[in-house]
This record gives sequence, structure tokens and C-alpha cells, in this order.
Amino acid sequence: MTGVWVAVLVTAAGCYALKLTGLVVPRGVLSNPRVRRFAELVPIALLAALVAVQAFGAGQSLTIDPARLAGLGAAVAALLLRAPFLVVVVVAAGTAAVLRALGVA
Amino acid sequence: MARARVRPVRDGVALGLAVGVSGVAFGAAAVGSGMNVAQACVLSLLAFTGASQFALAGAVAGGAGLIGGVAGAILLGSRNALYGLRLADLLPHRGIRKLVAAHGVIDETTAVTLAQPDVAAARLGFLATFVTIYLTWNLTTLLGAFGAGRLGSPQSLGIDVVGPAAFLALIWPRLRAGRTERAVGLAGAVIALATTPFLPTGMPVILAAFAALGGALISPQPASPQPESPQPEVP
Repeated sequence: MTGVWVAVLVTAAGCYALKLTGLVVPRGVLSNPRVRRFAELVPIALLAALVAVQAFGAGQSLTIDPARLAGLGAAVAALLLRAPFLVVVVVAAGTAAVLRALGVA
Repeated sequence: MARARVRPVRDGVALGLAVGVSGVAFGAAAVGSGMNVAQACVLSLLAFTGASQFALAGAVAGGAGLIGGVAGAILLGSRNALYGLRLADLLPHRGIRKLVAAHGVIDETTAVTLAQPDVAAARLGFLATFVTIYLTWNLTTLLGAFGAGRLGSPQSLGIDVVGPAAFLALIWPRLRAGRTERAVGLAGAVIALATTPFLPTGMPVILAAFAALGGALISPQPASPQPESPQPEVP
């Protein structure tokens, strides 16, 4: 539990430092278009990786959990229908929960 | 004069309320992944940037990979530094007010601030969005964290799907922005899955940053002109 507290506080400090950095660094630092583009693309690469790992991961091995994948499929459907963030999340969790409760997945 | 003050406040409060309630999803996911209520709330209070918070919760659920999880969560916060660059001229320039304003530099405040016609309206829009979303996000984090523990096991509630569904919703507008964005997302996912069996938890996600590096080297310019403000999502 102590480890989690350290992780929480270090993450919070790092996130705040990044926010402040943008307000205090000279503007020229990120004038290079490749640096700017990298900073734009990093969240996409990391978030996509997180989706994949959390969809198929079970610790260090890969697994197929039908209820979890069905929930993510429902999230995609909700996104295609332009549902707001919270609706997407609730539909995804609800789909997995219902399938598990019914014992079909 | 009055009307010039109404619009930024209205924009900020509306967006702040709409997005801030997503804290309930974070609170539930954090407790479902093994954090306690206090840890979930402190993270929302002090980190206050959604993607990083969900990422750290995912790492805690994964078990051993806390160092990798922290690194990934902080890396995800790097876009806020870019937002700060764009907001620096519009926000307070020095002192404690600048230090407080920095905490509010996230997707939504940037979107509202940059959409205003002048500096006074921009500052008002920033303040309205920051205050609304900060209160809502933290209050609903507390509700979600308490609720998740009371209602049943995380697995039976489908809370293991909340994290990936939230990430998917977060990148969805960016994936629609262009071919490079989609290629980078796909490459990031493939890199992470391919290395998962061989690396400690958390590291595969950080390695996925190489997909962004490749994308930036191959296609330094966005396909379409950059929108004036970022897509609103969760903080």
C-alpha cells in the first residue's frame, strides 16, 4: 500500500511539473515542428497501447476475456453513435456486467 | 459589456459540468483496481488530469509495474505542457496565481480559453472552466470510489472495462484527425501487445512512445490544419 501512495504522489508531482513547465519555458523550445508533432502523437500511441494491454492483458500474459471484449465492442458502437464520454464508459461496463451475470461470457 | 462576460463563464461551466462528472468513472476504476478511496481522491486533487489518472489505476491493477505505471502516467501528461505554451500569454504571469493557474492547464480549460476573443474573456473562461471541473471531478471521484466498493465486486460490475473504454473514448477524436494518427495508434497497440509477455508490467506501454516518434519523423505536419483548440474530453 505504501508503494501505491508513493506512485500517487510521484505521478501528481510529475503531472503538475509538466503543466507548470509549459507556462514558464521560453516559447522557442517547442518551435521545432517534429518536437511539437511528437508531443501531439505521444498521447495517441500511449492510450492506444493502454487500450490493447487492458483489453487483452492478464498480468504478463495475453488472454481473451469475451465479456471484456464485448464491453469494448459496445464502447466502439457508442462512440460511432457519438455518445458522450460517460455514456460510452457506462455502456461498456454494463455490457460486460450483464454478460457475466447471465453466465454467457 | 455584461454579455462579454457571460459567454466565457457559460462555456466554461457547461463544459466543466459535462466533463467533470466523468470523475465517477475514474473513482470506480481506481477502487476497482485496488487503490483505496483516499488514494483515488488524492490523485484527482493533485494530479487532476484524467488520462494519467486512469493509466496509474491500470498499473496498480496490473500489480508489479508501479514504476512503469508512474512513468507512463507522467508521459501522458506531457500534452499539458504544450497547452501551457499556448496559454502562457493569457494567464497570470507571476506569483502564486501563476502557480495555481498551472494546475488547471488541461484539455478542457485550454479549449475554452483559446476560444475567447480577448485576454479578459480568456482569463474568465479559464477560471470558470477550472473551478467547475475541479469541483465536479473531485466530488464525483469520491462518489465513484465509495460506490464501487459498496455495490459489488469490480469484475461483476464490469469495472475492468471502464479503463480501456475510457482510453478509447479519449483517443477517438484524435484517431479521426488523420491517417498518421490512426497508424500511430495501431503501431502503439501492436508494440505493447507484442512486448507484454517479455517485459515487466507498464514497460510495454512506454515502449509504444516509439510509435509516436516514428510518426513524428515520417509525418511532421498534421494532415489537416490544426484546429484552434484541442478536443474537449476528460481532464
